Amino acid sequence: MSAAAPVDLGEVAAISARYGDDAGRMLDILRDTQEAFRWISPEAMGLIAERTGLSRVAVDGVASFYAFLSRHPKGRITIRLCDDIVDRFAGLEAVTRTFEEELGIRVGETSADGAVSLETTPCIGLCDQAPAAMINDVVVTRLDAKRVREIVHGLKAGLSPEDLISERFADLSPYERATHMVDNNIRHAGQVLLGPVPEDAGLKAALDLRPGQIIDTLEASGLRGCGGAGFPTGRKWRFAAEAQGDRRFVMCNADEGEPGTFKDRVLLTERPDLVIEGMTIAARAVGAAEGIIYLRGEYAYLQPLIEETLARRRADGRLGKAILGVEGFDFDIRLQMGAGAYICGEEGAMISSCEGLPGEPKTRPPYPVTHGYLGCPTIVDNVETLCHAARILDKGSAWFHAIGEAGSHGTKLFSVSGDCLNPGVYELPYGLKLSELLEMVGGEGAAAVLVGGPSGTMVARDTFDRRLTFDDLATGGAVVVFGPERNILEIVEYYISFFVHESCGYCTPCRVGNVFLQRAIAKFRAGLANPEDIDYLRDLSSTIIETSRCGLGMTSPNPILSTLENFPLVYSAMVKPSGDGLRATFDIQSAIDDARKLAHRRSHIFDRDFTQ
Amino acid sequence: MSELPKARVATTSLAGCFGCHMAILDMDERLIDLMSHVEIDRSPLTDIKRFTRRCDIGIIEGGCCNEENVHVLQDFRKNCDVLIGIGQCAIMGGLPAMRNAIMHSDEPLRECLEEAYITGRNIRNKTHNVPNDPALPLLLDQVYPCSQVVKMDVQIPGCAPEGDLIYDTLAKLLAGRFRGFEPDRVRFD
Repeated sequence: MSAAAPVDLGEVAAISARYGDDAGRMLDILRDTQEAFRWISPEAMGLIAERTGLSRVAVDGVASFYAFLSRHPKGRITIRLCDDIVDRFAGLEAVTRTFEEELGIRVGETSADGAVSLETTPCIGLCDQAPAAMINDVVVTRLDAKRVREIVHGLKAGLSPEDLISERFADLSPYERATHMVDNNIRHAGQVLLGPVPEDAGLKAALDLRPGQIIDTLEASGLRGCGGAGFPTGRKWRFAAEAQGDRRFVMCNADEGEPGTFKDRVLLTERPDLVIEGMTIAARAVGAAEGIIYLRGEYAYLQPLIEETLARRRADGRLGKAILGVEGFDFDIRLQMGAGAYICGEEGAMISSCEGLPGEPKTRPPYPVTHGYLGCPTIVDNVETLCHAARILDKGSAWFHAIGEAGSHGTKLFSVSGDCLNPGVYELPYGLKLSELLEMVGGEGAAAVLVGGPSGTMVARDTFDRRLTFDDLATGGAVVVFGPERNILEIVEYYISFFVHESCGYCTPCRVGNVFLQRAIAKFRAGLANPEDIDYLRDLSSTIIETSRCGLGMTSPNPILSTLENFPLVYSAMVKPSGDGLRATFDIQSAIDDARKLAHRRSHIFDRDFTQ
Repeated sequence: MSELPKARVATTSLAGCFGCHMAILDMDERLIDLMSHVEIDRSPLTDIKRFTRRCDIGIIEGGCCNEENVHVLQDFRKNCDVLIGIGQCAIMGGLPAMRNAIMHSDEPLRECLEEAYITGRNIRNKTHNVPNDPALPLLLDQVYPCSQVVKMDVQIPGCAPEGDLIYDTLAKLLAGRFRGFEPDRVRFD
């Protein structure tokens, strides 16, 4: 079909050797192979299997799991359009059409000369500057038809994706490259993270304390995890510190995949040192010598910046052996790139992914704090949580505890996008009313606000006085504003389809149940639903929630459940009882069409008119 | 109850194996008692082919695999007040729905028929053709559970359901006391 690059098995062997033929680094081996040849050929898989001592099928299992790895030849340039609901509302359709026209291929195809592939991908964390796309590892934002033509003409003229960003891209520092591609859109800097932050003050303070005292400080501060679940951070660290194990690990969850969330993107751009400082403090507290930053594949444009930061800190003694001159305190971090799998934001799946396995969640308990990466005690913390931890060590637990309110202490980064004047990142203390946030972002006209992403809550206008705390509207940071012109069921259908796409497939209720939910919602949108279909939605949702083993299945029905609760009229307006008891969704004509063609005859029952 | 007119019941077997009709006989001597309250209209048991008049209860065995199944089921829905699905085939498509698993094909129905009649390993079909007599009803693109074609009022699980469960359900329905199944009665073994 397309002119595939010939796969040089010698180079594949060199890639595998670079990672010590270690099956635990399978994701890196496959990522590099993908990058070198734009696909992972059967021969390459065979060779990698042989060298790492795995079966060919095990390698195939990893390669087929991740969206960014391909078992078919891809173009030298892969364009991935961000297909989030926010991008759709911001004009994705016109952008897609223009790409298709200019490139002469449809979404999902590769051009005949093997130059370009065009694909869509779920949220890439750029909702505040939608529509956005990735061109290989380069990110382009605020697309419209004109910009798309410029891009395609540039690529056709032989420019590299980097040239599209700046003519002197090679001369820019990693930080400048990142900010040339993506705006930070910091709209409100709070006192903890986005205000002035003295360098390594937290780490220096931590080194004056015993590890137990570091954990005491965190517990006293009331800090809770910022990724969404809100587990008390100090307690997590204490569990890991007390667990039995020869090696311990600190992992930073930078797999920010929840649609509508992009706060970690900003922290990693603006505060990379603070993130690593937080990890180093965590390492000191729990006695870890090794750390991993798991960065989602969509944020590959931040990879050079993080690598540079790590190298700089190694060079001046803030990572590596005897950190800041403290004998016996050794800690280093490796950057693990993801490859396009939402589920890897779940800590168990993330650990599986780092171990070179398909990114499937692990059965809990045991929890990662006792049996994590490679079976050793591991703490997995969100980027924002680690930054908070570093600041708490600097300023003290009382300072942090005094911000926010009981049960929800400190500040939180909210990534606001959708139908508002000022999309971007807001650092605000917990406890704010949703209406106050909407006023700040210029979204007073909203009809619905999704707080916490699709696995969170869809809030209706009459309850905009609900508060952004762990006890009321808990959120990992995503706040997506929808104006009155938006169709709630379209939004719900989009998010359910997202979960269908991102389910890892391990548990049947999640793999199959979400497909059934998707079909049921399509039925509502088509006006074919009966009143009892509402009960069906509830029943099926509770089955999926009760019988899935990880957070994805436990929250995937939320878009439906929270809109059923907060927007009941949207559903009841779409149902009508069927008087005759026959299902309107069952279409006998389409059901017998295949057989009619195979048998070359018409139906005696349902094709009455034989004269035609 | 004996002063009341007898309840009219119809039964049919769609894409099923008649095992559920056999299971109806598993209520043993209670059948005699039941018959004093019930009159059977359209059913393979009476060999009545068309509804003689409207029925109170319709009992459906099997799902829908062809157009005739759909036609019969819709006819039952139009002519019965309460429609009961008995057995897994009626409720979920059952064994015949295994062909729904042929998904990664552009022509799943053709693939299914060719394996069944031509290419399958133990096929002895000297004509090398898929049967296509004009009297054969057209197959559906997949096997549908009854509830996807018409509204079903009660579904009795099992393969086949126990005679006790069928009797209990019918007796309660006739007395107007049916309120759903006890959870421990709904099990699969």
